Amino acid sequence: MSFLSAVIDGVLLGGYYAMVACGLSFMFGIMKIINLAHGSLAILAAFMLWMIAEKLGYDPFLALIVVVPAMACLGWLLQRAVLERSARSGELVPILSTFGLAIVMENSLFEYFGADTRSLAPYVGSLSYDSFEIGGGLYVGELAVLTFAVAILLLGGLQLFLTYTPLGCAIRATAEDPDTVELVGVNSRFVNAVAAAIALVTVGLAGLFLGLRSSFDPYVGSMQLIFAFEAAVIGGAGSLWGTLAGGVVLGIAQTFGAHVHPQGFLLAGHGVFLLVLVARQYFSGHYLRAFLKSKLG
Amino acid sequence: MSLLSINVLDIRHGLLQAVREVTFAVDQGETVALIGANGAGKTTLLRAIAGAHRASRGQIHLDGLDVTSMPPYQRVARGIALVPEGRRLFAAMTVEENLQLARASGRQGDWNVDRVMDTFPMLKARRKARCGTLSGGEQQATAIGRALMTNPRVLLLDEVSLGLSPLAVDLVYKSVESLIASGATILLVEQDLKRALKVANRVICMLEGRIVIEGDAKTLTREQITDAYFGHYQKRSQTEKAP
Amino acid sequence: MDVHSNLSIQRWTNLSLGVTIAVAGLFALLAVGPVFLPGNILDKLTVLFIYVCLAAMWNALAGYGGMISAGQQAFFGLGGYLAIRLSEWGIWPYPALIAAALLAGLSALPISAIVLRLRAGEFAIGMWIIAECIRLLVNLDPIIQGDTGRSLIALSAFDAAERRIFTYWLALAAMGIMLGVIFLLLRSRLGSSIQAIRDDEEAAASVGVRVSTAKRIIFVIAAVGCALAGALWLATFTTFQPRSFFGIQWSAYMIFMVLVGGIGRFEGPILGAIIFFLIELWLGSAGVWYLIVLGFSALLFSLFLPKGIWGYIEDRFHVLLLPVGYRLQASAGGPAAGPREALR
Repeated sequence: MSFLSAVIDGVLLGGYYAMVACGLSFMFGIMKIINLAHGSLAILAAFMLWMIAEKLGYDPFLALIVVVPAMACLGWLLQRAVLERSARSGELVPILSTFGLAIVMENSLFEYFGADTRSLAPYVGSLSYDSFEIGGGLYVGELAVLTFAVAILLLGGLQLFLTYTPLGCAIRATAEDPDTVELVGVNSRFVNAVAAAIALVTVGLAGLFLGLRSSFDPYVGSMQLIFAFEAAVIGGAGSLWGTLAGGVVLGIAQTFGAHVHPQGFLLAGHGVFLLVLVARQYFSGHYLRAFLKSKLG
Repeated sequence: MSLLSINVLDIRHGLLQAVREVTFAVDQGETVALIGANGAGKTTLLRAIAGAHRASRGQIHLDGLDVTSMPPYQRVARGIALVPEGRRLFAAMTVEENLQLARASGRQGDWNVDRVMDTFPMLKARRKARCGTLSGGEQQATAIGRALMTNPRVLLLDEVSLGLSPLAVDLVYKSVESLIASGATILLVEQDLKRALKVANRVICMLEGRIVIEGDAKTLTREQITDAYFGHYQKRSQTEKAP
Repeated sequence: MDVHSNLSIQRWTNLSLGVTIAVAGLFALLAVGPVFLPGNILDKLTVLFIYVCLAAMWNALAGYGGMISAGQQAFFGLGGYLAIRLSEWGIWPYPALIAAALLAGLSALPISAIVLRLRAGEFAIGMWIIAECIRLLVNLDPIIQGDTGRSLIALSAFDAAERRIFTYWLALAAMGIMLGVIFLLLRSRLGSSIQAIRDDEEAAASVGVRVSTAKRIIFVIAAVGCALAGALWLATFTTFQPRSFFGIQWSAYMIFMVLVGGIGRFEGPILGAIIFFLIELWLGSAGVWYLIVLGFSALLFSLFLPKGIWGYIEDRFHVLLLPVGYRLQASAGGPAAGPREALR
């Protein structure tokens, strides 16, 4: 495979990661919560789509009509029942409660669906393996391009929503100062619930594209959470377009890593993530300050 | 019936009793100044009226309606608007966005962005500027404008002169006076006694959480006010007070 | 003013003195356990000691250091792996276990340089990713044949009964030492710093607490403790499988034990480990339902009883068993200050 081909594949993979990371980033930016159940929620959505496709025979894209509202309601519920309460108790509690939730979800899914891997690919005709030529003998997968396009639309749509709509404005204000925003007449609990609903809708979409591009089982959620987190951090947590950049960097690193060694796919991704983490601290002067402190005594 | 009535209000700040048994009322069209030394409980009282702080005892009524247990956004919807101490603008958002945000309260009325611009002409040029880049006076104007956008029945102003240059304070108070002239009901906390007495109909002085003196701004003497402010009032009646 | 001369700071109460003596007695009793306890009980106790160790370590990180880690399995697995590695190089199995733990502690230093600056949720997932990285790297070692794993062959030099007793003793010693380290840490000046950091990192830094040093110390201690637990687990169950040793379920267990037992309290993780041990005894064969119960309990406790059972008991009944805090005591003349005044 040529260098260019690998880069393109990496970029397109980045689109998928951006979509997965979107909800995580959104929730962190608005509610300052890192949702450790993020990955398992994506898997839940994938299973819901699979059930509708398998039992009712509907195209997974069509099944979104049911799953998207379901995920929105789930987001609302999650916020009101779990996140709101945990956030009140401090920074650390949401981590514990969402972790507990993740464990419950993955194992419940396992209990119900078993260990067999599933996939949404069989229900969409040849979408998942068709490719077309973009010139110069290079081929790209139809699904990969579609995923990337949807990711762009999603991120763009969210950005527009946040910038130009009154509700988007309220969400941004609540993120910045949840106490004062109430004094201006905004119901912050409602706003946060809407934000959570939106985040979970994006998670639902991520679940769809996960199921289309690869097979999944109840325990794949952790990996998705890790990828989402890495993409978000590489790109700068809390910024939507940064998440796209982060996803692309991750995708490219992984694609190149895969060519070097079978384990290279994962190692390269983690490696880049750790590098960015260290670099960020280095550039923020942390290491420099520590170094200077040790020299100056 | 008064527009805003506070009844035997007790407010705790953690373990500290910040406000004790405070009772007073504000009538429609009145301007009442709440004065007192730092720590007297004025800001806590104002925040409790707006709903940002829970009262441990007592009631708050707006035009007969008991709002004591309502969350802040519902009180805004009923007509109480607070301009918080320190302005608390959304720095990442523009002036216009900060103002438009207040439409969330859903209250209908005369106030809109243009009218705010007319009331605070200094904001006209800064309409699309991010609030983090505004000067102190511009920020204060935006904060008051933001409260006005909710078309309040009672406007609560917390230390609007704090941190502003004398010129900026002049401008802010000019606008406050025009609001008063148009019939607004205002309860304001102010460190600057001179300004407070100039705009207010009535004055309430607090000390250590209690109201120590209350009366007409024009008839209360300088001596009475300073005595109450510094607690000399209490010293005189030390013998009657239990430790 | 006169009132101060009547007050003194006490570390020990009669109750805590009694409890400490009782604990010492319990240890002595456990140490001679192999004399009168049957083999399967010794096995179960070994597992319990490992659980206590893990819970105490996670509690040290989260409850005292304010660092919630979803990746301590990194060190648990590293301990197991290094034990195998060292054993392959010819080192005797039991010393290899200890050396593995210490080496893992050493590895925690560069790791801490990467992750300690992360806050809250970022730290949690960051550690998870570190665990994944270590797992992948361990998989690269040819002696670890992927998921089949590798056994600590050298243990077969001992007969089953000997192995059981030595492992039991090592586990008891490990638990005792790690608990002891935590105990001394809390009573030291560093201990107050650490708890100050947990309560408010910025405020602590502003009064001169060396925040990063304190956190690093806890991080390394926790690494050693978890690695020791992993090495002991290997000694108990003989086979090292990367997927199982580096699995996220270990974090789930630790979180459960500490949340349910009582976070930030010394006695909490011990109680949590006992509860966890009992639940595993009864539900362990129920497969995933067991994990669902664990996860759900963690969820419920974090929402409704965040201080855990021990925290609730302490708050409700004002009981302080072990002398890790301070009490304000009025001397001879005045009344003794109650536990309510004790600073934790």
